[in-house]
Amino acid sequence: MIAALEVTPAWYLVLGSLLFSIGAFGLLVRRNPLVMFMCIELMLNAVTLTFVTFSRMLEDTGGQSVVVFVLVVAAAEVVVGLAIIVALLRKRPDATADDVALLEG
Amino acid sequence: MTVELFVFVVAGAACLAGAVGVVASTNPVHAALSLVGTLFGIAVLFVAQEANFLAAVQVIVYAGAIVVLFLFVLMLLGVDRSDDLEIEPLVGQRVAAAVVSLGILALTFGAIASTGYEATGVVSGFDEDVPDINRLGESLFTDYLFAFEITSLLLVIAVVGAVLLSRRGRRADEIVDPGQEERSEEIAERMVDADHRAHPERYVGNGHDEADDTEDAEDAEAEEVGR
Repeated sequence: MIAALEVTPAWYLVLGSLLFSIGAFGLLVRRNPLVMFMCIELMLNAVTLTFVTFSRMLEDTGGQSVVVFVLVVAAAEVVVGLAIIVALLRKRPDATADDVALLEG
Repeated sequence: MTVELFVFVVAGAACLAGAVGVVASTNPVHAALSLVGTLFGIAVLFVAQEANFLAAVQVIVYAGAIVVLFLFVLMLLGVDRSDDLEIEPLVGQRVAAAVVSLGILALTFGAIASTGYEATGVVSGFDEDVPDINRLGESLFTDYLFAFEITSLLLVIAVVGAVLLSRRGRRADEIVDPGQEERSEEIAERMVDADHRAHPERYVGNGHDEADDTEDAEDAEAEEVGR
């Protein structure tokens, strides 16, 4: 019976949807700014997986091009975000996401 | 069991396990390592969908650069202490978060199911014989050329921003180290002691050394005051 199962693109979409929800849950629950950032990366990866799947379904390379842009934006976002986190944690090593106001001024 | 099913199940399980690991691990370092598991799983799924170049880029950029950057920050700042996940600082936060994420899940599932598990839209139909990297290159440098050029600007802005943000400001030299004075005094005392031990002959030559001299003077003064 298992041998008859065929992997359709919809499976990848469902997996991407699950990953996105887990990432969203983590982003809302965790308070460590670094872990929150990792959850954002999870969500971005779920989206890239979806884009690649649609690229295969529609036989269009545009989806893969968008993934390249997502990668660039993710890299830029991580660099700036980690710089902010470094500036924040330097002020207080046990800072949580609530303490971003410390950077004011 | 077909190969594709096997690959999908293994890579998908790695993805989900890694994702749960990121959310549920108390130690940020473990979370970063779980993230690597998810990223590798996604890369394998990219290969399964004939996006070989993107799989390579995924491993190089994400696992090779972004996660290393995360670990760098963790280790450099020494903030790799464990969080206590038992504490729920905001009452009802977890329930609300679960509701929101389940809502997202239901929404996306509904969207997938509403199309009958098929993509709606025009199927472009690319040439199967051309490798994916050729197709991607052509797409990037024709249809998306302007966006591609703009990303270079984005990267420059990100670099400048990161340098500006992580630079220590001028006010950094005003930061006072509360224990510094005591510590430097202690170090100076220890240096004198070490000097005594290293060159005892310099201090025994005159019968008594400088330190004793000052102590004697102080004693004499104290005696005078006492009278």
